[in-house]
Amino acid sequence: MSALLEIVDLHVAYGKVEAVHGVSLTVDEGSIVTVIGPNGAGKTTLLAAIIGLLPSRGDIVYAGARVNRISVEERVAQRLCLVPERRELFAAMTVADNLELGAFHRHRARDRTLGKTRDEVYQRFPRLAERRAQLAGTLSGGERQMLALGRALMAAPRLLLLDEPSLGLAPLIVKEIFSIIATLRATGVSILLVEQNARAALQIASHGYVLETGTVALAGPSEEISRDVRVAATYLGRAPERSLPS
Amino acid sequence: MDFSIAVLLAQDGVTNGAIYALLSLALVLVFAVTRVIFVPAGEFVTYGTLTLASLQLGKSPGTVGLLVGLAGLAGAMEVYAAARERTWHRLPRRLAIYLLVPLSIAALVHLLAPLTLALPLQILLSVAMVTALGPLLYRVAYQPLAEASVLVLLIVSVAVHLAMLGLGLWYFGAEGSRTPAFTSASYRVGDVQISGQSLLVLLFSLLVIAALYVFFGRTLYGKALRATALNRVGARLVGISPGLAGSLTFTLAASLCAFSGVLIGPITTVYYDSGFLVSLKGFVGAIIGGMSSYPMAAAGAFLVGLLESYSSFWASAFKEVIVFTLIIPVLLWRSLTTHHHEEEE
Repeated sequence: MSALLEIVDLHVAYGKVEAVHGVSLTVDEGSIVTVIGPNGAGKTTLLAAIIGLLPSRGDIVYAGARVNRISVEERVAQRLCLVPERRELFAAMTVADNLELGAFHRHRARDRTLGKTRDEVYQRFPRLAERRAQLAGTLSGGERQMLALGRALMAAPRLLLLDEPSLGLAPLIVKEIFSIIATLRATGVSILLVEQNARAALQIASHGYVLETGTVALAGPSEEISRDVRVAATYLGRAPERSLPS
Repeated sequence: MDFSIAVLLAQDGVTNGAIYALLSLALVLVFAVTRVIFVPAGEFVTYGTLTLASLQLGKSPGTVGLLVGLAGLAGAMEVYAAARERTWHRLPRRLAIYLLVPLSIAALVHLLAPLTLALPLQILLSVAMVTALGPLLYRVAYQPLAEASVLVLLIVSVAVHLAMLGLGLWYFGAEGSRTPAFTSASYRVGDVQISGQSLLVLLFSLLVIAALYVFFGRTLYGKALRATALNRVGARLVGISPGLAGSLTFTLAASLCAFSGVLIGPITTVYYDSGFLVSLKGFVGAIIGGMSSYPMAAAGAFLVGLLESYSSFWASAFKEVIVFTLIIPVLLWRSLTTHHHEEEE
């Protein structure tokens, strides 16, 4: 397997404050990789830099080319897509219009396989098909997340960056969303998943990175990370081997 | 005031309102998509009228020079951007949009001007010419500052307004122009005389508004502009670049302004500096629409037109005062009824 995304020594500043200090990570073609870590560790900042919303120092190599200098739109056209934490849907537009715009650059390129993608998205999210004429702003939290995912899938992504897809959702819906993410890999999409819900994320990912205060504290295959005593205690809520005196 | 005068004034008000409506729509559109308060809208109006007036005299309008200059500047900026970002592959397309298209329009206008073509063709040329200035202006003056605050963009707008005002004086001179009416037809309904010109103005405006409605509701690019207005980040994430949205918006806005310039030409004498007052009236309409609602802005513009026409009958010395004072109750009403809520998700 070759690396689809390779990040080397990335520094990202958010305003004047540097939030990511020298992170390196790799996503292989066709794999799911997760970045877990506490609030404020720089996970969202990292994704914003990868998609190009924030400037960064270091190398972001996507599909064999350095993409640091090119714009967000250009990266999207190269099938690198972000589903942001805040979803960023077009609230006053219909579900169908949101999906249509998800494939904006494919429309411009007169891509003939668009109709097929749309059918697949509706098949994957039957709820969106039912509500296609409804305004995005009137959807429930879970449906919004589905629409955000569906909109990104309309771009036919090669690499999907997912920022906290479980945020603010009921446990049952989180389960549904994660099972959908897991099935996406079968369609050849690679995924970089940023999550606070470490347990669910490590279950579907092959590799994991633990990000703490802007640096990689731990990296390796998911099972190894799950077995790590400190990760287990901090992120998975499992009792450590010896309980602390209370 | 008897009935026939009231109807006459209403007719005047609706005609002017139709023209202000186009301006209001342009102002709302530009603000919603790019956060720019489009102060130079008025100059686009006067350029529209005066370009048409030049063409009718068989003269090549001075704006040809501006178009060539701006195209050259925009082209140079594109080359510089391509060199800096190393995106040479995109350069040919960009140069076609920012250099080739405007230069061809300029050449066309310059060559066809001495022929004194038929009025519809002259109108078409004037609108095309002034429309072409829109995206170039965006590229040169606004795009480099696209991320700046609303205030900075407003300052740029004022600067652009003053620059275009001065250039207007230089290109068209200080004397005013009036373009001939599209038609001299006149219809009698009972006691009331309705001029064909008023009907045509209203019809044109409504047609343009209908076209805009279809554009925003049905076409991909129209939806892309709405999406950018609704959620800037979301729009970038689906690949709609702010530059594309901005230049498209300015193209539309410039054509709306040029259209209103053509429509206003036969109604009043237009001087190089007449535009600001006209655009301010469009701005009052846009404010009534909260700078965000298109139907409300258009309705507000009609209200402004009617108010202006009736107040010119009762208190003609105060007609501008009355129209602009309207802003105060409107702002009060808006700030009391609008709930400011953070848009979640």
